[in-house]
Amino acid sequence: MDKLHRDLVDLLSKDARQSTEDLARMTDSTAEEVEEAIDELEEDGVLLGYQAVVDWTEVTDDHVEAYVEVNVALDRETDYTDVSERIQSYPEVQRLTLVSGNYDFGLVIQGDSMNEVSRFVSDKIAVIPEITQTVTHFVMETYKDRGVEFGDGDDDERLSVSP
Amino acid sequence: MKPSDRVDRVPPSGIRRFFELAEEADDVISLGVGEPDFSAPWAAREAGITSLEQGRTSYTANRGRRELRERIQRKLREYDLEYSADDEIIVTTGVSEALDVGIRALVNPGDTVAVPDPSYVSYRPTVEFADAEPLAVPTSMDDEFRLSYETLQEAGAEDADALVMCYPNNPTGAIMPEDDLREVAEFARDHDVTVLSDEVYADLTYDGDHTSIASLEGMRERTVVFNGFSKAYAMTGMRLGYAAAPPEVVSAMNRVHQYTMLSAPTTAQYMAIEALDSCNADVEEMRREFDRRRNFVLARLEEIGLDCFTAKGAFYVFPESPWEDDGEFAEALLEEEGVAVVPGNVFGESGEGHLRMSYATGMEDLKEAMDRLDSFV
Ligand SMILES: Cc1ncc(COP(=O)(O)O)c(C=O)c1O
Repeated sequence: MDKLHRDLVDLLSKDARQSTEDLARMTDSTAEEVEEAIDELEEDGVLLGYQAVVDWTEVTDDHVEAYVEVNVALDRETDYTDVSERIQSYPEVQRLTLVSGNYDFGLVIQGDSMNEVSRFVSDKIAVIPEITQTVTHFVMETYKDRGVEFGDGDDDERLSVSP
Repeated sequence: MKPSDRVDRVPPSGIRRFFELAEEADDVISLGVGEPDFSAPWAAREAGITSLEQGRTSYTANRGRRELRERIQRKLREYDLEYSADDEIIVTTGVSEALDVGIRALVNPGDTVAVPDPSYVSYRPTVEFADAEPLAVPTSMDDEFRLSYETLQEAGAEDADALVMCYPNNPTGAIMPEDDLREVAEFARDHDVTVLSDEVYADLTYDGDHTSIASLEGMRERTVVFNGFSKAYAMTGMRLGYAAAPPEVVSAMNRVHQYTMLSAPTTAQYMAIEALDSCNADVEEMRREFDRRRNFVLARLEEIGLDCFTAKGAFYVFPESPWEDDGEFAEALLEEEGVAVVPGNVFGESGEGHLRMSYATGMEDLKEAMDRLDSFV
C-alpha cells in the first residue's frame, strides 16, 4: 500500500469525520487524490464503514452490551465459517471473532435490556447444533472503546505561551 | 536588596509579556506553546510510579544512574555517535541545566559565544550569566534559517570561542542537512570554535533522519551534544536532559553540576530508562501526528497567503508576519481573534517580521486557529 493510502487508513481509523480538504492538507496531497484513494480503499474492501464511538449511557438507560464466549464442536461437514455464518447475520451481533484460547468465538451483543440479551443468547445462539457452550458477560462500565477514552478528558494544563 | 549587575543586564523574556496578555484574554487558542500537547508515554509514567512505590526517592550518582547512561549511550548510536557511559555522558535537570553547566564549564569570562539569530530565548541569557558575550549570527528565511560558512564569517564568528546551535530549530523549525552541517564543521575546525549543539528536537524531523554535527569528521573533540526527554518523549515537566562530550568536558561539567544540582530528578531518571527501553513506538506515533499537523498548517498558511518556508523539524513554523511589526500583529491577532502566536522579535533581531506558530496543539484547535487567522488577514 502506498504512503497516501496508508496515511488515510490511519487518519480515518482515528477520526472518520474529517473533510477531504483537511485530509489532503495533512497528507500533503490534493483533494482529488484523497477522494480517489478513499474510493479505492472502499472498493478494495479496506474501508468497510464509518461509525461514531458512542457513550450510550449519555443517550439512554436502556442499552446493554455483553461479551459472549462461544464453544463449538466441529465435524467433517462443518467448519468455523459455517457456524459464523449462522451467527453473524443477527443484527444484535455487533462483533464476531474467532479467537485462540479457552473458547472459539467471541461475540459482542447489544440490546435494550439484560433480559433481551439473555433471551437472544439462549434462543438464537445456544440452540445452534454445533455450539456446545456459551458464557455471557454483561458489560458494567466502559472506560475506553476503539482508542477513545470515556469521561471528560484531561484539561490542558500547559502555560498558554512558553519558550 | 539590589540584584547583581549580572542579572540586571539581562532583560526579562519577551515570551513572558505575551504569556500575560494571553492569560488575560478569553477563549484563546494558543499556538504559542513550546511543549508537546501529549503526556509522556504511559509505560514511562508507570515506571515513574513504580519507582516511587519502591521508595526510590534518594539522590542518584552525580552523573545520573548508570543504567540510564548506558541507555543514552545506546540511544546516541542512532545518530552515529559513540560516547562512553563511564565518563562521556552526564544526566542533567533538562537540557536547560546542561547548557548552563556546559557554558560555565567551557567559557571564560569575557569570551565570545556565537548564537544564531533568531534562536531559542535562553541561549543569550545563559551566556551572559556566565559573564561571556553573545555574538548574534543572523540567519534568514532565504537560507531557510540555516547557518553557513559565509553567514558565520560575515557575523565575525571566527573570533568566537564557542558556537551554540540548535537544529531542528526553535523557533523556525529549520533543520540542517549533512551538507550544510559540513560547512559549519569546517568553520569550527578552521577557527577553533567549540560547538555546543542542542539537539533536543532530533527525533522530531520529518524529512529524513537527523544528523548530529558531532558525527562529522574532526568534530567529536570540539563538540558538546545536548539532548533530553522533554520534546520527543513529551516529558517537559520531568526536567531531564543530558550532555555527551569527551571525558575532560564531562568532568568539568560535572564539577559545576555536582555543586549546583547534585543530581537530576530521580523519578524522572526511572521514567527515562523505561522511555529508552520501550517507548520508540510512542515517539514515532507522536512524530507522525506532528507531521500531519505540520502539513496541515503549512497548507493553510499557503492558502491564507502567508510566506513560510517548509519547516522540517521540531513543532514550529515561522511564517512572515502580514504586518511589518510582528509584535503589533501578534497582539492584534490575540485581541481580535483570540489566537496566540509568538512574535518573532522575541527570538532576536533576525526574527523580526515573523511569527512563531507551534503545532503542538490538537487538530481541532489548529483548524479553528487557522480559520480565525484567515478571517483576520
Ligand atoms: C531549543 C530548546 N532547547 C532546550 C529547551 C529546554 O529543554 P529542557 O526542558 O530539556 O530543559 C527547549 C524548550 O523549549 C528548547 O526549545
